[in-house]
Amino acid sequence: MTAVESRTVVLDPEEARRVRQQRLEKVGSWALPLAIMVLAVWFWDRICVWNDIPKYILPRPGVVVQTLQDDAPLLFSSLLVTLKITFLSLALAILGGVGLAVLFAQSKWVEMSFFPFAVILQVTPIVAIFPLINIYVDNQTAKLLLCAWIVAFFPILSNTTLGLNSVDRNLRDLFRLNGATRWQELWHLRLPAAMPYFLGGLKIAGGLSLIGAVVAEFVAGTSGQASGLASRIIEAGYRLNAPRLFAALILISLTGIVIFLALSLLSHLILRRWHESALKQEA
Amino acid sequence: MLQKVADKNDSGQRGAAPLLSFKGVGKVFSNGVTALDNVDLSVHEGDFVSLLGPSGCGKSTALRLIARLSTPTSGHLEWRKAQGDDSVGFVFQEPTLLPWASVFDNVWLPLRLRGVSRLKATPAVMEMLARVHLENFADAVPRELSGGMKMRVSIARAMVTKPRVLLMDEPFAALDEITRFKLNNDLLELWQQERFTAVFVTHSVFESVFLSNRIVVMAAKPGRVYRNMTVDAPYPRDEAFRTSTAYAELCRRASDELSAAMDVKVEARS
Repeated sequence: MTAVESRTVVLDPEEARRVRQQRLEKVGSWALPLAIMVLAVWFWDRICVWNDIPKYILPRPGVVVQTLQDDAPLLFSSLLVTLKITFLSLALAILGGVGLAVLFAQSKWVEMSFFPFAVILQVTPIVAIFPLINIYVDNQTAKLLLCAWIVAFFPILSNTTLGLNSVDRNLRDLFRLNGATRWQELWHLRLPAAMPYFLGGLKIAGGLSLIGAVVAEFVAGTSGQASGLASRIIEAGYRLNAPRLFAALILISLTGIVIFLALSLLSHLILRRWHESALKQEA
Repeated sequence: MLQKVADKNDSGQRGAAPLLSFKGVGKVFSNGVTALDNVDLSVHEGDFVSLLGPSGCGKSTALRLIARLSTPTSGHLEWRKAQGDDSVGFVFQEPTLLPWASVFDNVWLPLRLRGVSRLKATPAVMEMLARVHLENFADAVPRELSGGMKMRVSIARAMVTKPRVLLMDEPFAALDEITRFKLNNDLLELWQQERFTAVFVTHSVFESVFLSNRIVVMAAKPGRVYRNMTVDAPYPRDEAFRTSTAYAELCRRASDELSAAMDVKVEARS
């Protein structure tokens, strides 16, 4: 009857409940994990207090934050070293992974011949290969890079290979019909078609290159001046410096999360106009 | 003005030599399936020929042979003149567009593969888009278009190189009937403007009668030509033709031929 009533849509109880439900889920999706996190940290703190645990066994969260602040110069310079290895190895993984995938895509024979080697490299634990690398490679940075690369390149290689090979048959016929060269087909058809697959592999490789960088440093051991977070962790372990152990651990986790989020965003931005995976996120 | 349907086993009785003929063409796949068996078929310049038949009659295989996407096992295809690369356009069953590329880029593609720059291709691409009534959608990506619009893009792409022959493989099979009728009209209009030769594969009697001046009814297992049928109705054909008794009569005849083609026993084979 009133103007307000004529403008708003009148919802039946079922629809109204659905709207309420959606609103609740939207808030809950970030509020719930946050609440659990806060609760867990509080509980951690209480356990320390209730049991009177010394800080070299389990430090209180407040102490860890304090250490993060106090040791910031040391920890962040180490983080920088780890980040350098991570990003360099990720860049090399992209180059190597995509390069090999393109090579494989040129001929079934090449793929059949060399793909097993990539698998062997992937399934052998890097820790087991490292002593060999240690013998053959002198340069410390090169050692770490090689390790992190071996861990990170496979998802990019296997995903991109799959993508390059899953081109619509009719589209390939269309290119043939128009006299496309092998290079044109690769550039205008196969590479764009492989993009969603590549980005999926990249998301995995981003996390793996960080893991690779940390693990490599663990097995390579501390080397004084230019040591990354892994060396700090080992060092802190020897000295029973649990607060710094926790602080370094938190830094590594945060770095991993940031890398994953950044790559997800990149993927979303590239695919949002055309690929189903990106469309669903929007809806 | 009831039109008469002429049943002939070959329509090669026109003066000029056919643009393209199948001479005893057979195609056997490696799995032993005989897709085509001893097919004789001719297409004249400016024809709108429909290949009509049940699934498995080799009509798509025939189209792929014309496009040189496949080679015959026996017999050969004879072209009146030497064919350049630009001579054949192909419209697939699905729109088959590049999902990441804009409508403009999709239509530009065949020219781009021939080394024509975006700037140089623009007039031709925009003209084709106008022909299929999509000039306002040049920047859209395929997923933003309806099924009918995607098919229009696909037709524009096939036509942008001004091919002498346009091959279409059940292009409208997945569309709803209203869209299909609209696209049939637009296709005929395009055909009359551009004067290309069309070979159209379909399993719809109504569509083949509405579009073509000649219908090749095919039979399956093995795929072969059952009957050549001339559709004796004048162009332009419009919505009035679609509701005329002449059209209904032609459809009935074509339908009878198709039923007969589907009933013939394989006994004719030796």
